[in-house]
Amino acid sequence: MAETGTRPKLAVWKFASCDGCQLSLLDCEDELLAVAGAVEIAYFLEATRAEVAGPYDLSLVEGSITTAHDAARIKAIRQASKRLITIGACATAGGIQALRNFADVRDFISIVYARPDYIETLATSTAIAEHVKVDFELRGCPVNKHQLLEVLAAFLRGRQPATPGHSVCVECKQRGNVCVMVAHGTPCLGPVTHAGCGAICPAYDRGCYGCFGPMESPNMAALNHWLARLGVDQPTIARLYGTFNVNAEPFRAESQRHGG
Amino acid sequence: MADRTIKVAQLARVEGEGALKITIRDGAVKQAELNIFEPPRFFEAFLRGRAFTEPPDICARICGICPVAYQMSAVHALEAALGVTVDGPLRALRRLIYCGEWIESHGLHVYMLHAPDFLGYQGAIELARDHADIVQRGLDMKKAGNAIVALVGGREVHPVNIKVGGFYRAPRRRELQGLVDQLERGRDAALATVRWVAGFDFPDCERDYEFVALRHPAEYPFNEGRLVSSRGLDLAIADYPQHFQELHVAHSTALHSQRAGGGHYFLGPMARYSLNFDRLPALAQDAAKAAGLGPVCRNPYRSIVVRAVELVFAFDEALRLIADYVEPDQPAVPCEPRAGTGHGATEAPRGMLYHRYRLAADGTIEDAVIIPPTSQNQPTIEDDLKSFIGGWLDMSDEALRWRCEQTVRNYDPCISCATHYLRLDIDRA
Ligand code: SF4
Repeated sequence: MAETGTRPKLAVWKFASCDGCQLSLLDCEDELLAVAGAVEIAYFLEATRAEVAGPYDLSLVEGSITTAHDAARIKAIRQASKRLITIGACATAGGIQALRNFADVRDFISIVYARPDYIETLATSTAIAEHVKVDFELRGCPVNKHQLLEVLAAFLRGRQPATPGHSVCVECKQRGNVCVMVAHGTPCLGPVTHAGCGAICPAYDRGCYGCFGPMESPNMAALNHWLARLGVDQPTIARLYGTFNVNAEPFRAESQRHGG
Repeated sequence: MADRTIKVAQLARVEGEGALKITIRDGAVKQAELNIFEPPRFFEAFLRGRAFTEPPDICARICGICPVAYQMSAVHALEAALGVTVDGPLRALRRLIYCGEWIESHGLHVYMLHAPDFLGYQGAIELARDHADIVQRGLDMKKAGNAIVALVGGREVHPVNIKVGGFYRAPRRRELQGLVDQLERGRDAALATVRWVAGFDFPDCERDYEFVALRHPAEYPFNEGRLVSSRGLDLAIADYPQHFQELHVAHSTALHSQRAGGGHYFLGPMARYSLNFDRLPALAQDAAKAAGLGPVCRNPYRSIVVRAVELVFAFDEALRLIADYVEPDQPAVPCEPRAGTGHGATEAPRGMLYHRYRLAADGTIEDAVIIPPTSQNQPTIEDDLKSFIGGWLDMSDEALRWRCEQTVRNYDPCISCATHYLRLDIDRA
C-alpha cells in the first residue's frame, strides 16, 4: 500500500440526501479495500472519524442544497477540490425533496413540524451544478455501484467515464427483456430515461419510473402519445415525472404541464 | 477542570448529519444534547395528494441504509387501510428480504461503524490495514445480505420490486436456491462474529430501560406482532398514537418521541432481543449464551454482541425461508382503493418504525405520519450520555469525545431517517 500523501486524496461529502449513494461505495464489498489502497480516503464521515485537510484531488458530492449554510459549504468544498463529481439524483437534479420547489415550503414545514420557527430551510432544493462548477454528474437514485467504480477509475486515470447517455430501452433490449409497454400495456418511462441501472424494473415486470432522470435529448412527445394511448390520465403522468428527478428538464416541464 | 464543554462538530460513522454538545459544570454533567441538523426533506408533506401505490418507492428514499424497512412499514400500513392481508409465500418473501436488509445493515454497523471504537481505530479502512481478513469477513456477510435484497428486490439500495399487496415479480425457487451456499458461509461467519465481538472490553454501564419492540406469537419479529414493552405495555399497532407522542425540540430537526405521560424508551436490537429471546432459534440462543449474554441485555455497549446474534438469526431464518419456499400463484394480492386509515409498524434494523396513512375513497393519500426509530431513541441516547459520562470526567477531552461518540453509535443512529441528525460539543465552561 502506498504511503499517505502519495496517493490521490478522495473526499465524500453529504448534503440533503438519504445516504444511499455514498452507501453504494461501501456496497462495493469486493473492491472497497482495493479502492482504499489506491486512494487516500481523506474525508468520508460515514466510514471513518479520521479527517485529512484539503485540498482534495477528487470530491464526490451526494445530496442537494436546501439551506443557506449548505449553499456556502458547497462553495468551500469546490475551492478545496481539484475535481468534483456529483453522485445521484439529489446532487444532480435536487432529488425528491425538490417537490417543495412547486409548493409553499411554509406549508410543508407546518405539516411536519410543530414549531416551524425552529426550522431553517430554503424554499427550494437545487442541484450542486446550480451553485458551483461540476466536472461530472453521475445519475441515479441511487447511483449504480459499477458505474460509480467506473467513474472513480476514469478520473484517477484522467480519462472520460464510459457511462452511455442513451435510454433505458437500449439496456432493456441488451438484457433481453420483453417490452412491458408493448407486451403488457404497462406505462414505462424507459424510452426517455437515462441508462445506467441495467433496466431493472422491466426485468421485474414493472414499468421504469425514471429514477436515473432524463436521457440526452429525450423524445417526450412520442412517450406522451404512448401514455395517452394506454389511457394514463393527466394527474398520473404529472406524478410519474414528478418524483426523484422532478427538477430536471424536461421531466420538470412535463410534470408541470400535466398539472403537477 | 470542573467546568468544560465537549463538542463533536460532526459525528462520524453514523448515517446522516449530527453533533453532540455536553456541558459540564462543577464536575457534573449538566446537559447532553444530541443535535440533529440533517436538513429536513418533508416526506410527510409531499406524500399528501399522491396515490396509495406510491409510498413504497417514495418512502424508500428516506433512508438508503434501510429502505426495505420503510417499504415494509408503508405496505403494511396501506394494506391495513385497504383491508388487505398478505400471507403464505408472499409473507415469507417479505421476511426474506427483511433478513437481507438486517444482514447488510448489521454487517455494516458491527464491522465498519462500531467495532473500530472498541479496537481504537478511526474507522474500518484503518482497521483493515492491520486486520484485512476480519474486515473482509464483515464485507462478505454484508455482500450476502445485499445478494438477498438484490435478488428479491431488484437492487441493493431502493429495491424496485415491492408493492402494496406483495411484489411485481415473485422469484423462482431455483433463483433463491442459488443463494444457499453464500448464506451458509454467512451463517458460519456470523457465529465467528459473535465470538469475536464477545471478546471486546465493555464499559460497565447498565440502565433500567423501557424496551419497546414487536412481539409475535411464534416468530422473532419483523413485520407483525403486538407492540410490547418491558414495563407491561401490550398493544395493537393501531393503538400506537394513544401511547406515544412526538415533541419538537429546538436543537433538532428530528422530532423526539416519548411515552404518553413522559417516559423515554429504547428501540432496536437490544430491545427486540430482550423481549423476544425465547423466539430465537436454538443456534442463536446458544451463541448468545456462549458470548456471556443472558436473556435480557441492559448494557448498550454490548449491543454489538446482540447485533451479531441477530446476524446469526437472520442468516438462519433466510436459509429456513428459502428451504420452505413455494412459488406463489400470483406475485401480489389485488388492492382496490377505499377510504380509511391504516397503521403499520415493522422492525427496522435500528428498531420499530411506525407509519400511518389516511386515504380518500379513490386511494389518494390525505395524511401521512412516519416515526423512525432514531427519533424515538434520541431522548434515550441523551439520557445515556448524561448518566454514563459522569464517571469518565477525568478523561482528556479527546478520549471523552471518542467515548461519547461510541455511546451514540451504540444505537446505530440513522440520522438521515431521524429527520425527520449529529455534532459533539463538550462544554466544561
Ligand atoms: S439520489 Fe436517491 S439514493 Fe442517492 S442520496 Fe438522493 S435519495 Fe438517496
